[in-house]
Amino acid sequence: MASTILEMRDITKTFPGVKALSNVNLSVEEGEIHAVVGENGAGKSTLMKVLSGVYPSGTYDGEIIYRGDECHFKGIHDSERRGIVIIHQELALVPMLSIAENIFLGNEHARYGVIDWNANETRTSALLKKVGLKEDPKTLITNIGVGKQQLVEIAKALSKEVQLLILDEPTASLSEKDSQALLDLLLEFKRQGITSILISHKLNEINRVADKVTIIRDGRTIETLPKKDISEDRIITSMVGRSLDDRYPSREPEIGEIVLQVRNWSVYHPIHAERQVIKGIDIDVRKGEVVGIAGLMGAGRTEFAMSLFGRSYGRRITGEVLLKGKPIDVSSVSKAVEHGIAYVTEDRKTYGLNLIDHIKHNITLANLPGVSRHSVIDDMRELAVANDYKAKTNIRSSSVYQMTGNLSGGNQQKVVLSKWLFANPEVLILDEPTRGIDVGAKYEIYTIIARLASEGKAIIVISSEMPELLGITDRIYVMNEGRIVGEMAASDASQEKIMRAIVRGEGKAS
Amino acid sequence: MSTESAPVPKSGVAEDVQQGPRVAVSALVTNLREYGLILALIAIMVFFQYTTSGTLFKPVNLSNLVQQNSFIIVMALGMLLVIVSGHIDLSVGSVAGFIGALAAMMMVIWPLGPFSNPLVVSIICLIIGGAIGAGQGYWIAYHRIPSFIVTLAGMLIFRGICQALLGGGSSVGPLPAGFKALSSGFIPDVIGSLTLIPPVVNAAGKTIVGSGLTLHMTTIVIGLVAVLAYAYFGLRARRSRERHGYEAEPFTLFVVKTLVTSALALFLVYQFATYRGLPIVLVVMGVLIALFVFVTKRMTVGRRIYAMGGNAKAAQLSGIKTERLTLMVFINMGVLSALGGLIIAARLGQAVPAAGLGSELDVIAAVFIGGASAMGGVGQVIGAVVGGFIMGVMNNGMSIMGVNVDWQQVVKGLVLLGAVVFDVYNKNKA
Repeated sequence: MASTILEMRDITKTFPGVKALSNVNLSVEEGEIHAVVGENGAGKSTLMKVLSGVYPSGTYDGEIIYRGDECHFKGIHDSERRGIVIIHQELALVPMLSIAENIFLGNEHARYGVIDWNANETRTSALLKKVGLKEDPKTLITNIGVGKQQLVEIAKALSKEVQLLILDEPTASLSEKDSQALLDLLLEFKRQGITSILISHKLNEINRVADKVTIIRDGRTIETLPKKDISEDRIITSMVGRSLDDRYPSREPEIGEIVLQVRNWSVYHPIHAERQVIKGIDIDVRKGEVVGIAGLMGAGRTEFAMSLFGRSYGRRITGEVLLKGKPIDVSSVSKAVEHGIAYVTEDRKTYGLNLIDHIKHNITLANLPGVSRHSVIDDMRELAVANDYKAKTNIRSSSVYQMTGNLSGGNQQKVVLSKWLFANPEVLILDEPTRGIDVGAKYEIYTIIARLASEGKAIIVISSEMPELLGITDRIYVMNEGRIVGEMAASDASQEKIMRAIVRGEGKAS
Repeated sequence: MSTESAPVPKSGVAEDVQQGPRVAVSALVTNLREYGLILALIAIMVFFQYTTSGTLFKPVNLSNLVQQNSFIIVMALGMLLVIVSGHIDLSVGSVAGFIGALAAMMMVIWPLGPFSNPLVVSIICLIIGGAIGAGQGYWIAYHRIPSFIVTLAGMLIFRGICQALLGGGSSVGPLPAGFKALSSGFIPDVIGSLTLIPPVVNAAGKTIVGSGLTLHMTTIVIGLVAVLAYAYFGLRARRSRERHGYEAEPFTLFVVKTLVTSALALFLVYQFATYRGLPIVLVVMGVLIALFVFVTKRMTVGRRIYAMGGNAKAAQLSGIKTERLTLMVFINMGVLSALGGLIIAARLGQAVPAAGLGSELDVIAAVFIGGASAMGGVGQVIGAVVGGFIMGVMNNGMSIMGVNVDWQQVVKGLVLLGAVVFDVYNKNKA
């Protein structure tokens, strides 16, 4: 009885230098809940952006057939007119407007540009009832929690006569209770005949609501499983099952005494003061050791690292940091740097580089005293340092006077890395050091990490790419929801083990 | 299932490598802005020299020009740092007016005894200026209140206090001669003057016009020393680069640049020397300009200000104390606003309620004409100074030409817009 509502055939989407999607096929039947799973960066969100017209027709190859018609969406308006509504990971609500204003934003009930607020609010009340949200339509978005905001987004989708609802990791930032409510709502919609595509990597949720699962890995469809074949093992294997060639430099670890110890580290959210983001973390790192922190997006890894680095994130930070057994004060970035801790950010453009200045000035920024005397910069010494690190980290540019904003991602990463190497830290925290850079540059970054470890630095690598952690670290902590949920030697770790620790999210494993 | 081969990521090699000739071209493009600005100043000077039938470069007028505009340039030095760090200060004109009024009250009205000495008063006023900067900077740096709002409030507050101090619409003066020397005085001729052409007395016993040209020799010596030092340091920096094996700008470009700048400077010095020598305020300004060039180009604090303006979060995560640095930038601005206020009062010989009114806009315009970015992180001291002189020469030239004040504003506005449009256009092209 079920007919195919959506068919995506051979979708290929290329970004400069990287193929995000490669001949992806997705077939969704009328009235089902179809889950799409895959690792971070596998291409799930890209696929949905192709479908909804965020990437307009013509910027990708392949065809989209929706209700029997081949569609060429030029923008999100085209797809919405056909009843395809996408709810993005980052909510697109205007915080200082009310629920009603948000729901009908750009689509207000109005005559000659004069808004009929009564009509808007009456309709909003009806929609809110449908999604089970008990709030006054006049309430400002900023005054309701993330879970309720998610429901407002769904109500907004309903207002557009949705037929195919796409939810991109809708429960990523929701509490357990809110997540359950949302999933129940999806099941209710299914009864009303609305088809949903659910992007998620929470396997228990998929088990609960999905009728089918399509697994995407490295921009390709691996397989589509019907409900009876859905199992955690099967999905995990498909998600991570890629071969590990020699994409990582080999290295003989020489591990010495403990350099850094973090004890009972707790952090609260900077705005939602009652939300505890980091919940009593204990870790330690030894000399010459590369320690990985695995976990999914939102596990709290970056928050942990940044709170450690001069309280750059969060409030009410408690816990103890010991360097070689002695407690140290890391309450400001400069103190942390003085004690030999360096943090290489995951977001090099926002937090790492001055994009409107050249390589030389960026490299010396964290250690200006190192190139100056009596606060006067020695231009020649600075130039020598910059050229030295340019060579050491193999930054490809015409000179050290090239603007960092004009460099490729890999070379930008090397500049940020150089900046911190010149600060000569003992503990180096690398947050997603290879995000958004190509395979060649990745190998170079791995080589630098290996060399630093052999020089006796203690290194922490935060990464969402599990093969990378398995390939370059000696020991791996697994983090989930602000806790360490597993610790294992890299030699007996596997992607399955890490995934299992994450999805179960309970107790200390092995 | 798909039989497509694995996606082959493009290797990152060579994409950032520029070719040799392109480097030279890009160096020229980068420098074009700097030279373009100086060329624009020269062109404007030549234009007004012509339209004012040679009045512009008359020694008397040059002295006037400097005395009328020096306070703009002094404040532009501080404003440059404020704008580079990503902020704005609208209060500088009002602070200058307030400090002028305060100085006048201290020297003329209030019975302060030895504390009414011009030097003591000036020092106290500079300190108060710094305190005002600190007060405003505190809210901007530590409470993250937008500088536009804080300094808009400061603009209203200090204009109000200025007028209240002077007791309504009245002016306070005259100020002591020793104080007025700050603006209208000239450096003493310690070497003695040189009579270039002995005066020729005609039969009627009158000296013939144009003869009897005497030069203020101290001025000439200072000018020569400054020009030689400029050339020497330029050459030394060049040598040092070459010794370390780095390509500097093309040699001919360097020579032309040095010669043009030196010739212009010597010409101006000569003109001053034929009159009464260098104005004191010009010397003060020159020392400050040199200091700020050094601080921004060579000192760690200068570098940190640029880094903060370019990316405050990255600067903070590099261990730079951005709050304290912002506070320092505003304290500096406050001190320079106070100095500007003293210069205005000294030039007028009295404190008036409208002193410095609207000058914040001239100061900001000078910095933007000089190539600073409203987004922060970009801007040069020399640019701001040249921008200030462009404004000053236009003011002066148009006044001599008899252009109505209203139309002067229109022209200045168009020049500001034109300079920024030129800048943005250049950047997009590059």
